[in-house]
Amino acid sequence: MPYTLLIVDDSKLARMAAAKALKNLYSDWERVEAANGDEAISLVRETPFDIAVLDFNMPGRDGLQLAAEILALRPSTPLAIVSANHQAEIVAQAKGIGAEFLTKPLNEQALGAFLEGAVRRLEQAKA
Amino acid sequence: MSAMPPDLLSELQLDALTELVNIGVSRAAASLREMVGAQVHLSVPMVSLETRGRAIAILSEREASNLVAVHQVFEGDIAGRALLIFPETKSLELVRAITGGDLPLEDIIELEQEALAETGNILLNSCLATIANMLHRSLKMSLPEVLRGNAATFFSLAPPPEAGDFVMFLFINFAVRERDISGYIAMIMDLPSLTALVHLLDEFIERATGDAVSSGDDRA
Repeated sequence: MPYTLLIVDDSKLARMAAAKALKNLYSDWERVEAANGDEAISLVRETPFDIAVLDFNMPGRDGLQLAAEILALRPSTPLAIVSANHQAEIVAQAKGIGAEFLTKPLNEQALGAFLEGAVRRLEQAKA
Repeated sequence: MSAMPPDLLSELQLDALTELVNIGVSRAAASLREMVGAQVHLSVPMVSLETRGRAIAILSEREASNLVAVHQVFEGDIAGRALLIFPETKSLELVRAITGGDLPLEDIIELEQEALAETGNILLNSCLATIANMLHRSLKMSLPEVLRGNAATFFSLAPPPEAGDFVMFLFINFAVRERDISGYIAMIMDLPSLTALVHLLDEFIERATGDAVSSGDDRA
């Protein structure tokens, strides 16, 4: 079944690239976008979505802080943190809160693998 | 962004350039982390494009003290100079952060030049290599050179460019081992290089989004 993906990135180009990858992978899915943590939190409260990909290095809250807040509001949402900053501490913190770490620039293959796992988790939760 | 030369970069082109730089700096942080053995905290980079005169004014206004810079020349489809700049007072802090241990001051002073050149090399190469790779072009980089002076000396290095030049300014704050070290990365390019960069950015945006970019649209 089609799901809705939340894309949070302060770069419009990065959001467009993620949207393009999503369209190629799952053309029937919906997407919602936010340019920062505040926008994302408002969206999370008002708009239904199933899975989220969050940029790490953003003004205000970083992706990890945002991920923790999203999980507090909507536990067990499949999440990925996206960054070129693959320092061990950041990757470990992402794993620690149950998020996947994806490398920037985000490619279709990596997004596809994450979404596949996310769909499996969502289907299992429903079963 | 109000001081940006008009009609040079659209909002989306500037966004793309910022994202390229962000990815480059993030990769550099991961390399620096390996070097210092501790997490490197990065701020969100701010990118703006300024005329040379305006760039000198901005930097002089923000940093009144003496500055130190690591300088590298790059050549290829786009050519220019890249500089990592920070206040001279922070340069020993940076060396302390990188060397980690409790080295005596004389050892730190002795290591300063080398540590600065190496840090500059990692940060600048990572930024430029990332930009070049993502734009599908190759760039040749010179060896790093440590300079001391001020904004006017750094942005007026000989030989002067033949066509009007611009400075791409990137302000970034990075912290290692609780030491706050803020610095700037500046790339100085002449107008032909900047024009070439704008075309390469359009191609990059098209590859990334699948949409052809109309260069006349959406001027910032």
